[in-house]
Amino acid sequence: MGIKLGSSIIRKVAMALSGLFLIIFLTQHFIINITSVFNKNIFNMLSHFMGNNFIIQFIFQPILIFGVIFHFVMGFILEWQNRNARSTNYQVYDNSSNSSWVSRNMIISGIVVLSFLALHFYDFWIPEIKYKYIESLPANPDRYYPELIHKFKDPIKVIIYCVSFVFLSLHLLHGFASSFRSLGANSKFYYSINLFTIVYSIFIPLGFCFIALYHLLISNVTH
Amino acid sequence: MKLILKIWRQENANSVGKIVSYEIDEISPDMSFLEMLDVLNEELMLKGIDPIAFDHDCREGICGSCSMFINGQAHGPDRYITTCQLHMRKFKDGDTIYIEPFRAKTFPVIKDLVVDRTAFDRIQHAGGYISVNTSGNTQDANTIPIEKANADQAFDAATCIGCGACVATCKNSSAMLYVSAKVSQFALLPQGKVEATDRVINMVKQMDEEGFGNCTNTGACEIECPKAISLDNIARMNRELVKAKFKK
Amino acid sequence: MNRVTYSLNYRKPRNQYNQNDELMICLRYFYKAFPKSKGKIIKKSTGIKCMLSDWNVNWHKQSDRSPIKSTAKDFLKKNKLLKSKVRNFKIYLSKLNTSPSSFSKSFLCSNVPVGPLANKWTKHKNNIRLVSPANKRSIDVIVVGTGLAGGSASATLAELGYNVKSFCFQDSPRRAHSIAAQGGINAAKNYQGDGDSVYRLFYDTVKGGDYRSRESNVYRLAEVSANIIDQCVAQGVPFAREYGGLLDNRSFGGVLVSRTFYAKGQTGQQLLLGAYSAMNRQIARGKIKMYNRHEMLDLVKVDGKARGIITRNLINGKLERHSAHAVVIASGGYGNLFFLSTNAMGSNVSATWKIHKKGAFFANPCFTQIHPTCIPVSGDYQSKLTLMSESLRNDGRIWVPKNLMDAKAIREGKKKPTDLAENERDYYLERRYPAFGNLVPRDVASRAAKERCDAGFGVNKTGEAVYLDFEAAIIRYGSEKVLLKGLDKNNLDLVKDLGREVIKSKYGNLFQMYEKIVDENPYHTPMMIYPAVHYTMGGVWVDYNLMTTIPGCFAIGEANFSDHGANRLGASALMQGLADGYFILPYTIGNYLADDIRTGQISTDLPEFEIAEESVRKKIESLLENNGSKTVDHFHKILGKIIWNKCGMSRNEKNLNEAIIEIQKLRKDFYNDIFVPGTNDSFNEPLAKALRVADFLELGELFAKDALERKESCGGHFREEYQTPEGEAMRDDKDFTFVSAWEYKGYPSKAKLHKEKLSYNNVELKTRSYK
Repeated sequence: MGIKLGSSIIRKVAMALSGLFLIIFLTQHFIINITSVFNKNIFNMLSHFMGNNFIIQFIFQPILIFGVIFHFVMGFILEWQNRNARSTNYQVYDNSSNSSWVSRNMIISGIVVLSFLALHFYDFWIPEIKYKYIESLPANPDRYYPELIHKFKDPIKVIIYCVSFVFLSLHLLHGFASSFRSLGANSKFYYSINLFTIVYSIFIPLGFCFIALYHLLISNVTH
Repeated sequence: MKLILKIWRQENANSVGKIVSYEIDEISPDMSFLEMLDVLNEELMLKGIDPIAFDHDCREGICGSCSMFINGQAHGPDRYITTCQLHMRKFKDGDTIYIEPFRAKTFPVIKDLVVDRTAFDRIQHAGGYISVNTSGNTQDANTIPIEKANADQAFDAATCIGCGACVATCKNSSAMLYVSAKVSQFALLPQGKVEATDRVINMVKQMDEEGFGNCTNTGACEIECPKAISLDNIARMNRELVKAKFKK
Repeated sequence: MNRVTYSLNYRKPRNQYNQNDELMICLRYFYKAFPKSKGKIIKKSTGIKCMLSDWNVNWHKQSDRSPIKSTAKDFLKKNKLLKSKVRNFKIYLSKLNTSPSSFSKSFLCSNVPVGPLANKWTKHKNNIRLVSPANKRSIDVIVVGTGLAGGSASATLAELGYNVKSFCFQDSPRRAHSIAAQGGINAAKNYQGDGDSVYRLFYDTVKGGDYRSRESNVYRLAEVSANIIDQCVAQGVPFAREYGGLLDNRSFGGVLVSRTFYAKGQTGQQLLLGAYSAMNRQIARGKIKMYNRHEMLDLVKVDGKARGIITRNLINGKLERHSAHAVVIASGGYGNLFFLSTNAMGSNVSATWKIHKKGAFFANPCFTQIHPTCIPVSGDYQSKLTLMSESLRNDGRIWVPKNLMDAKAIREGKKKPTDLAENERDYYLERRYPAFGNLVPRDVASRAAKERCDAGFGVNKTGEAVYLDFEAAIIRYGSEKVLLKGLDKNNLDLVKDLGREVIKSKYGNLFQMYEKIVDENPYHTPMMIYPAVHYTMGGVWVDYNLMTTIPGCFAIGEANFSDHGANRLGASALMQGLADGYFILPYTIGNYLADDIRTGQISTDLPEFEIAEESVRKKIESLLENNGSKTVDHFHKILGKIIWNKCGMSRNEKNLNEAIIEIQKLRKDFYNDIFVPGTNDSFNEPLAKALRVADFLELGELFAKDALERKESCGGHFREEYQTPEGEAMRDDKDFTFVSAWEYKGYPSKAKLHKEKLSYNNVELKTRSYK
C-alpha cells in the first residue's frame, strides 16, 4: 500500500475525505447547537460532555484541528498549482457558460469560511481553552447556555456570522457533491447524492443562521 | 456579414503574443468558421501579411486537430461540435469575435493558434493500450461476450477525439476528462482489466508530470467536450486509481 | 500458330551441320496477350537430342506427329517422352498465365505464387524467407503515414523487432484521416449464419471492383479479414454488440449478407485508435520512433534500392535525412486532386508521387470513387465536402422534380420540395433500376444523379443537388409504431412523429450533422445530396508482396492499387488498410529484408542523401522566392475544377485531351505566378500546401492520360463513348483486362504504360446489372 499524496487524484481524494470529515463535524455541531433553541439543559449537558470528555478532547479534537488545517492548506496548494497550470490567461474567458460560480470559486468561499473560523475560534474556542486548561477554573455544567446567549447579543456579530454561513453554504453546494465524485461514487447514485447534498448545503447553514438570529431576537426581546 | 476579428498572433513558442484586430466583410452565414478564416488568410496573403496559422485537417469534427478558443469558449458558442463544424450563422452582422489558442502550460503555442498537444500523446504512451500482440492469433472475437451496457459505455468513452477542449476550458487546465476517457474505456472491457492497475497509475503519473492542473469537478469540460464525454468517467478513474493504489 | 511445336536448336547456320550431328530438341510456343499486341516466342529445351538425319521436318503432317524418324535408336521411347514433355509444358504455360510476369517481359511481374487460389497465401507464407529476431534488431524500417495501414504496420513491425521510424504530417498519429471513416469494416466471419464465406467476400469484392482487381490479392484480403476483427477486439476496440453480448453486424452497399462490423458511425475512429494504441505500446518500448508534424518530401535510393527519405519538420522547416533498410509508404489516397473531396485538408499525393518519380509505377490513377451521398457544395468558399453515410440509402428515397419548371422554381426558392405531389416527383433510381432501386452501387448512383442535374433537374442554388427523402420511411415506421401502441392510425401527425423517433434512433448523429451544416431540419424537409470524390482505387503499383517497382519500397493501404479494382465496396477500405498493415506486409517485408541482415546502419552522409536534400531545398527556395501574385489555393481550385468537370464522373476523349493541355498550362502558371508567404524556418502552412499542390499538378496530367488510354467504361471510370444504349457502363474485357502501370519518364505526359494482365480463373467475368 503506497498511498502518498504525490498523485493529483490522491490529493483530490484526500481533499474530499477531509471535507466529508468536516461535514460530519458540522452536522454534529449543528445538532448540539439546535438544542439550545429547544432546551437549554440538554444543550448544557451536551456541551459539557463535549468539553470534558477525554476521548473527544484529546483524540477527536486534535484530529479535527488537523482536518481543518489539512483541508485549507491543501486547498491553497491545489489552487496555487491550478493557477500555475496556465501561464498565459485568456483575453476573453466565458466560463460562466459552462460551470457554476461556486464550483469555480471554492477558494473564495473557502477563505471567507476560514476567516470566520478564525473569528469563531477567537470567540468560543480560545475562551474555552483558557477557561479549562489555562486558568483551570472549576467545571460548571451550566455555564454554556448563558455564554451562548451573551455571544449572540451583538447584532454585528450575528450579521458576520450569517454572512459566513451563506459562504459556507456556497462552499458546500459544490464541495459536498464534488467529494462524492472525487471518491468515485457510481453515477447511478448521482441524482440522490445531488439532491441530498443540495438540501444539506442549504438547510444546515440556514439552521445555524436561524439559531443565531433566534438568540439575538430572544435576548433583545426578553431583556 | 461584416465582422471584427480579434485574433491572437504569436510568431513562435518563445515570442510574446498579442491580440491583433482584423476586419472582414462579405461573410456568408453558410460558411464554416474555418472557411471564414480561409477567406481572411487569402486576403492577408495578398496584402503581404503573414496568414494566421491554425490547426485543422478533417473539417468534419472527428480528427480533433482544430483548437480554437472563440469568444471565451472552446470550439466556440455552439455545443457538441468542434471549431470546424461551427458555422457563421451562429454570429451576427457586426459581431466582434475573439479567437485565441487553447491555453495551458502543457500546450505551448507553436504559432498563432497552433498549439503543441504532444503531452496528450505521452500520456497514451504511458499506458493507453492493451498489451496484445498484433499477430492475429488471438482468440475468436466472440469468445468473450461483453454486456451491451458496458460495451456502449466503453464506446462512449472511446469517442474522445483528443482535441484538448477539456484542458483549454478547465479553469485548472486539468486533463482528467481526457485521461479518464481512455482509462474508462479499458476499465469497462474485460480485455482491459488485466492491466488496469498499472494503466491507471502510470497514466495518471504521466498526466501529473506533464503539469496539468488538478480536477475540481467544475464540470466545464463535460459541457465543452465536442463528443460529450461524461464526467462519470472521471469518477470511474478516481475509483480505479484508489483501487489500484490499495493493490500496489 | 498458337500451339506447341517441336524444333531443333540450331546454333549456327543449318548448312554448316553434318547429317550425323546431334541437336537438342526444343518446344516452342508463340504467345500473344491480345490480338493486337506483339507476339513473343517461348522456347524450352526438352533435354532430348536427335541426329539431323533422324529428324522429320514434316512431323506435323504425320498422323502420330512424331518428330523422330524410325531410323533413330530408341525412337519410340524418345517420341513418347517428347509427347509427355509437351503435356508438361502446356501445364507449365497455363500456370504461367496466372503469373504473367515470368511469362513475358512486356508484362509486369506481380510475383503471385502458383497453385490453387485458396492455398496461395499459406504456401507463400511458408516459403518466404524469415529474418531472425537477433537480426531484426539491426534493421530499420521507415513508415510514412499513420492511418490504419501505416499505424498497424508500424506497430506490427516494431513488435516483430524491427526499428521503426514513423512519420505523419499531423500533430499526432491519431489524427490520420482513416479516423473519418463512418460505416464499418467487412469480415468474412459468418457470425450471422447467413451463408457468408471467404469466397463470397472475395467474389463480392472482385465483382464490385468491376473485374479490374488482382484475384490473388483480393482472396488473401478476404482470408485475413476475420483475423482483423479478432485482433481489434483483443485490443479493446468497442464494436457494437447485441444484447447477448456478442458482436453485431449490419449489411452494407448492396451485398447479400451481413458482414459489416461497426462502432456506431465512428468505426474508422475506433479502429484507428486501436492501431494508435498498438503504436503507443511500441513507442513506449522505444521500438517506434515517432515523428509528428513531419512531411516526407523525397525518397532516397542507394544502389537502386529505397534506403531513406528526406523530410521537412513542419514546425521549424528543418530538412532532415532518415535512413532505413526499407521504406513503407502508407500515405493514403489522392482525392484532394479534386480540391473538393471528403478527404482531409492535408491529405496529399506527395509521398506516392515522389516515389513514382523515383521509379515506382503508378497504377490505374483514373480509378476514383465518387460517393453519391455527400452534402452539396454551398458556395465558392467551400473548402471541403462532408459525407453522409451510405446507410442512409436504406431508408431514403432519391428524387428530383419531374418538370423542369418545378426544378427551376425550387432553385429560385419559389417552391419547396414538400409542395410537390407524389406524381410530380421523379424517383429516378427506382425508375431506372427497379431491382436494386435506391441501393445500387456507389458509381451507378453517382452517375444517375449527375445525369439528372446535367439535364436541369438539380434542386439547390447551384443546380447540383438531388433530394434524399425520408418521408416514406417516416410514415412506414410510424404506422408500425401506431399499430404496436394501439393508437389512431389515421392521425397522420402522430404517425409522423413516431416515425421520426425511429429515424432518429437509427441516424440521429447524421441528421444532426446535416442540420449543423445546412441549417435545415431533415426530419421535415428532404435532405439535399450530391456526389463527391471520396476514395481513390488507383495508387502505387505493387506486387503480391506489396513491394513497388523500387526494391525495398513498399506501399500499403489506399496508397497502393491492388484490391479494389475499378470500384470499392463500402466497408472494404478499413479492411484493406488493416489487412495490409497487421497481417500482410509484416510477412512479405521479411522476404526482402532477409538480404539486409549484414548491411548495417545506412549512413545519411551518403552522396545520394545529399543530392536528394539539396533538390528539395532548391524546390522550397524557388517557391519562396517566386513572389508571384496568386496564392496556392487559387491554383488548387482551378485544378480541382478542371479535373471535376473533365475527368470526373463521366469522361470523354475531347474533354480529357483538353484537360491535359489545361493542366500543363496551369502548372506553368503555377511556377510563374505562385506566391508563397513567409520563410522556410518557421511554421508555414502555405509553403507545405504549395509543395503538395505542385505534386497534384503533375498527377492530374497522368490521371487524365490514364483515363484517356482506358478506352472502356468500368466501375468508377465512365467513358461516354463506351456505354450501352441505355447509358450503362460498357466494359471491354477483351482489350482492357489489365492494370495500367505508368512509369515516370521525366514528364507526366511522357509516362510509359506497362500492363499487368489480369486473369480470372476463379470467377466468371460478367456484366454487372442492377435492373
